[in-house]
Amino acid sequence: MKKTYKIEVDCANCANKMEDAARKVAGVQDVTVNFMALKMNVVFEEGADPAAVMREVAAACKKVEDDCEIYL
Amino acid sequence: MTQKQKKMLIRILVAAALMIVLHFLPRFVQIGNIPLFLLWLIPYGIIGYDILKKAWKGILNKQIFDENFLMAVATLGALAIGLLKTGDYDEAVAVMLFYQVGELFQSYAVGKSRRNISELMDIRPDYANIEQDGQTVRMDPDGVEVGTVIVVNPGEKIPIDGVVENGESSLNTSALTGESVPRDVKAGDEVVSGCINMSGVLRIRTTKEFGESTVSKVLDLVENASSRKSRSENFIARFARWYTPVVVIGAAALAVLPPLVRLALSLSPDWSDWVYRALTFLVISCPCALVISIPLSFFAGIGGAGKAGILIKGSNYLETLARTGTVVFDKTGTLTKGVFDVVDIHHSELDRETLLEYAALAECASSHPIAASIRKAWGKPIDMSRVGKVEETGGNGVVVEIDGRQVAAGNSRLMRRLGIEPIECRSAGTIVHMAMDGRYAGHFVISDVVKPDAAEAIAALKRAGVRTTVMLTGDGPSAAAQVAEALGIDKVHSNLLPGDKVDKVEELLAGQKAGKTLAFVGDGINDAPVLSRADLGIAMGAMGSDAAIEAADVVLMDDSPLKVSKAIRIARKCMGIVKQNIVFAIGVKIACLVLGALGIANMWLAVFADVGVMILAVLNAIRALFVSKL
Repeated sequence: MKKTYKIEVDCANCANKMEDAARKVAGVQDVTVNFMALKMNVVFEEGADPAAVMREVAAACKKVEDDCEIYL
Repeated sequence: MTQKQKKMLIRILVAAALMIVLHFLPRFVQIGNIPLFLLWLIPYGIIGYDILKKAWKGILNKQIFDENFLMAVATLGALAIGLLKTGDYDEAVAVMLFYQVGELFQSYAVGKSRRNISELMDIRPDYANIEQDGQTVRMDPDGVEVGTVIVVNPGEKIPIDGVVENGESSLNTSALTGESVPRDVKAGDEVVSGCINMSGVLRIRTTKEFGESTVSKVLDLVENASSRKSRSENFIARFARWYTPVVVIGAAALAVLPPLVRLALSLSPDWSDWVYRALTFLVISCPCALVISIPLSFFAGIGGAGKAGILIKGSNYLETLARTGTVVFDKTGTLTKGVFDVVDIHHSELDRETLLEYAALAECASSHPIAASIRKAWGKPIDMSRVGKVEETGGNGVVVEIDGRQVAAGNSRLMRRLGIEPIECRSAGTIVHMAMDGRYAGHFVISDVVKPDAAEAIAALKRAGVRTTVMLTGDGPSAAAQVAEALGIDKVHSNLLPGDKVDKVEELLAGQKAGKTLAFVGDGINDAPVLSRADLGIAMGAMGSDAAIEAADVVLMDDSPLKVSKAIRIARKCMGIVKQNIVFAIGVKIACLVLGALGIANMWLAVFADVGVMILAVLNAIRALFVSKL
């Protein structure tokens, strides 16, 4: 299943760090962060619960980049 | 500017003012080192407090190679050197100040580019007019159901795809195609959302929902295109990942090793000198310039192309487009108008009218454009009750039972399959042979009209650096050769069955020069397998065709072949800017690292290497937006 979320992030490097951190979260098969369009496209693994996985993704991103926001 | 940005601007101005005051203060007032240090902490604090806060949080989260941490270490180190040795605090505050200026500029430039590009593509209509109980009500286009009649007044954008119920008008399609050639529409015509109604009121019955309409699809496509990363962007991401740690380790080594070596050689260690050099290293260690300017270039390139009616579905396709060495065109509908006309009838024993009548009856059920031209030439109503069994073979023709007689209409392949020897024609054009009851009955010469700008399009491609142009067609060799010669096309392959086209493309791909790509241009509807086999699939005339928009990597909204060369030029310009930025940013950074290590560069140069390079790279990236003169 794929979903797209609106995000807010200040610098392009931070966007890359968010992408790396999100990819490592369990339940995430693949993720692309589009810094220019401020979007995050997530492909969830089979049977994963998007809401729960995204909460973990948000927490992981906050760790690497305090200033970022993911609008769930 | 946003609130956050305005606040930062004020901080920058205040800190800069204080800096200037404190710089000149010791000349007028006797002041001790410690009090001076404390005074300098004020502008430092004003301009740098959020960086220090983020650096601290970064350490807590185990994010060591964080640029905030580096800036904090670099500037605190410089302050320490000032306190312990030089009494000079300018550089520490200046570095922090310029870093913040750079960040503000980056934030402003990215925000402005995003807004510019969104406005460029702001073709989305905000409302739809519906007639309810005799009144015209303005509604959110999202809520309009399929089959509703909407009213579009002159000057308004058509909000949803549909068919004109009544009204006559002229439409401005420039929002979708980038061209301002008007399109006339009347009752029964299909119209596409995003066009601006110019002269008359139109009542349109919607055939799609707003989200499925052309304008929404186009916007989605452009917005999401930058999610498909190019090879350059992936390279930069990998580069940034190791660049920062390497430079930091280099800085640590630079701070520690030379002094230790000097101590071992019984020389004075000069700690502060080497620590200072290490600090300049840290300032140069941020890869911001690259990481921000490369995606921005692609975003601008895709946005600029979208405005010109060229939809590029991903940054990676933009890269592929720039390296195009061969362009393969489908003939019918791409280089020619796809409208056929019967121009002559040869070798007919029956009178021409009768032969035409039988042909029209034979072709009554076929959707092929050639069948349409025969029916058009006949012009009179077709009595389908006379037609019995119909057998249509793709690439061959039809065999039909009319009035009990067996009638065959098709190419020489069909004739030979039926055991009839066709009489070939010397005229150029598509030949449709006729056979009745197993005997040859004559043939029609059918011609397709070349698009007026096709020749110019091929010439433009050659000027844009495309080495080889190829045309593929199912038509006969003489018709194909005539068109190819008129247009200046290098290679022609004719008599191709639909499956043969894929094979031909594979052959051409095998013969490609390394590093160059092959693009196939078609109408998207019949060419899906070939479009996906080529390195790059380009669909023309996609306005209103969902299939074309889905099938191709690059979608040209109007049907002018000139757009292909424009697309290639846009892509080349964008890739040129990307390469310039990469070479410039990496080159300047490495040069400054070397100079910093040698002690020739001071922190001001380091700041330029970081902030200045970033500003220049961003400004260069925005150039990719300007495509109208291309």
